Amino acid sequence: MIIRLIERTAVLLVSLVVSSVLVFAFMAVLPGDPARVALGVNASDEAVAELRRQFGLGRPLPTQYFDWLGGLLRGDFGTSYVSKAEIGPQVFDRFQVTLWLVLAGMVIALVVAAPAGTVMAARHRKVSGLALSAISQLGVAVPAFLAGILLIMLFAVKLGWLPANGWTPPAQDPGMFVRQLILPALSLGLVQGAVLTRYVRSAVLDVLREDYLRTARAKGLRPFPALWRHGIRNAAVPVVTVLGLQLATLLIGAVVVERVFVIPGLGSLLLDGVSNRDLLLVQDVVMVLVVAVLVVNFLVDLLYVALDPRLRVGSR
Amino acid sequence: MKSSLIRGTLPTRTVALVASAALLALTACSAGSSTSPGSSPGGDQSLSVGLVAEPASLDFTTTDGAAIPQALLGNVYESLVKQDESGKIVPSLAKSWTVSPDRKTYTFDLVDNAKFSNDKPFTAADAVFSINRVKSAWTVSLKSAMDVVQEAKALSPTQLQVTLTKPSNGWLFRMTTRIGAMFSETGVSALATTPVGTGPFTFAKWNRGDSIVFERNENYWGTKPFFNQITLKYFKDPTALNNALLTGTINVIGTVQAPEALSQFTGNDKYQVIEGTTNGEVLLSFNNALPIFSDIRTRQGIRQAIDHRALLDTCFAGRGKLIGSMVPPTDPWSEDLTNVAPYDLAKAKSLLQASGAAGKTLRLRLPTLPYAISCGQVVKSQLEQAGLKVVIDQQEFPAQWLTTVFKNADYDLSIIAHVEPRDLGAVFNAKYYTRYDDPTLQQYLAAADAGDEAAQIDNMKKAARRISEQAAGDWLFLLPNLIVADKNLKGLPQNAITENFDLTRLARS
Repeated sequence: MIIRLIERTAVLLVSLVVSSVLVFAFMAVLPGDPARVALGVNASDEAVAELRRQFGLGRPLPTQYFDWLGGLLRGDFGTSYVSKAEIGPQVFDRFQVTLWLVLAGMVIALVVAAPAGTVMAARHRKVSGLALSAISQLGVAVPAFLAGILLIMLFAVKLGWLPANGWTPPAQDPGMFVRQLILPALSLGLVQGAVLTRYVRSAVLDVLREDYLRTARAKGLRPFPALWRHGIRNAAVPVVTVLGLQLATLLIGAVVVERVFVIPGLGSLLLDGVSNRDLLLVQDVVMVLVVAVLVVNFLVDLLYVALDPRLRVGSR
Repeated sequence: MKSSLIRGTLPTRTVALVASAALLALTACSAGSSTSPGSSPGGDQSLSVGLVAEPASLDFTTTDGAAIPQALLGNVYESLVKQDESGKIVPSLAKSWTVSPDRKTYTFDLVDNAKFSNDKPFTAADAVFSINRVKSAWTVSLKSAMDVVQEAKALSPTQLQVTLTKPSNGWLFRMTTRIGAMFSETGVSALATTPVGTGPFTFAKWNRGDSIVFERNENYWGTKPFFNQITLKYFKDPTALNNALLTGTINVIGTVQAPEALSQFTGNDKYQVIEGTTNGEVLLSFNNALPIFSDIRTRQGIRQAIDHRALLDTCFAGRGKLIGSMVPPTDPWSEDLTNVAPYDLAKAKSLLQASGAAGKTLRLRLPTLPYAISCGQVVKSQLEQAGLKVVIDQQEFPAQWLTTVFKNADYDLSIIAHVEPRDLGAVFNAKYYTRYDDPTLQQYLAAADAGDEAAQIDNMKKAARRISEQAAGDWLFLLPNLIVADKNLKGLPQNAITENFDLTRLARS
């Protein structure tokens, strides 16, 4: 157990370092000059050179990298090339917005996938199971942004039940916060839920074929109580793995959904940053996303141990 | 040198490539609620305007981009003189002005009751400070418009004298743009986040990534605006912008991005659609430094190979105006030059054959802007009918296009909307990406800048005709000013020919 923890922590740290190098290197080779974008189309070469100097873009790349990394470790995200504002507070504010969206999407995905996948598995040879399976296939095929546009057309434009777009912080107006969150969260959650349903179905089907479950049934338990008492935990292990991976997908999906629903989250900050060649801001945002994904995967690894007693003993 | 903004993510209202949008997303279905009347005409009514490009900063002295003056100029900041909708220069903080016989000294009489939002009175000393500050503290390239100023001095608290090194009509015109914005000496410490001006609105709040909120300046020296609060709400996605108006989240789409989507509003009694002109000339630019373009027959052949009406119908839903040179109809020297190089496929083919360009391959490097991409396809198709081969490649806008096409001139043809007012001279010169080196044109431009009004108009007409006849580029069309708004709103600008979106005249009937 301890060894496993140490091993996973080491993997996490190495992954973080490698990611930071990759993120930095990628930004360094991106075409387009941030100073020229900031100064406008007619800026003289001298003015552009001066601004590059102010940005510190003329320094050797390793120096720039270590300065950036050192800043991040101290909690200093730097100053935006374009807005001249501190990046840290912006990233923090936007991350909270995206976090709400991703969490709500994840909850919806789970709420949809867990029962639907279980029913699909338990009734995989019946009409109801096949019908659910067909619906989930459809869900897998629909991209989140398309789902968003369709939901807007129906619930906002046609029916007028919910706002088409916008964002209100929960502290400012909780009611409006929820109303504005519903459609984007559904866009993300339904699509992810459809994907997750396939995994839940497969995991439950595997469990249903196990001897111990047949034994439980032989004792007289009905199918669902048998599955609930003896199968769910085993079925959960592969599903948790997929959940970790899906979190990354949700974060990326949020970038697009934020645009469709005009939500000022991390995704819109990232897109603006790329467009303006606000490279430091882009580096910071990408790094925050990378850290979020790596940390979640790390936690998922630890969750295995909680779910699967076999992992708590032995060398692994 | 004048600068020419390019329509895209650096848009002005005219530039605006993107559409615009809307309001405080306060309620799902009722933006701009009206309530009890107050001391001002509109009481505490509010309004939401949807726009496309959010400013990266609120400081246009150090950050380029048309979104900043679009929001702030005329609304929060005021200048000594401004442009009216017909293009005429009219008083603002200067009640009147005189020009010396040698046209080098301007004397402005200023209003005596204007105040900044930090409660400091506006005086000639602030005007001197603002003019000098352009030279000393501004970093954006537009600052060069102030290079011609030799000295600015306050003759009294309400009288300002500005002396130029040489006569320049262009200088007074530039004073109507952001260059002429008046600042308070004690109000420039945090321009990026806290603008302080004398305008009819004061800056209230900036929700980054979402909206900017203005409130009526109750101490405004002139006519107070109707609305107590106006929110500029920013949408990157044209569909989201349209949906926001359809669902009542905003009241106005400030600049329609996708004219083909207008049909959902034109047949609806709840909305009005306004169509006017802008300064945004969509230019098919030639890299005139390349040998292939040194033969005028190649350039003329390309111009005559393009069926502009068909192009406009295909790539901009027929909205917009055909122009034959770098002059919008609101400029005093505007003339119809669309017949200088009319569409004539047979003539185009023979010109291209004669110059030896037929069969050659040209690179059409397009910025990733919707109108450029769609018009680029039409241009390619029409030029290929005339015997050229055209290869399209897309350059991410702004960053990649600015470096490749604009700075390095590594292109044969490109398409972009030049949205800055009166930018003929800026766009067609040897240093610009068009690489157009023409001493005759420069003579006309210099004479226009130095002469009196009649000489200016006469020489600008010659200049406009010169670039059209010499086929220095091809003017595909002029971007329209397209606004969609709630039916009961009035005071919306018919033409978008200034850098700002004028919120001051908006009212509900």
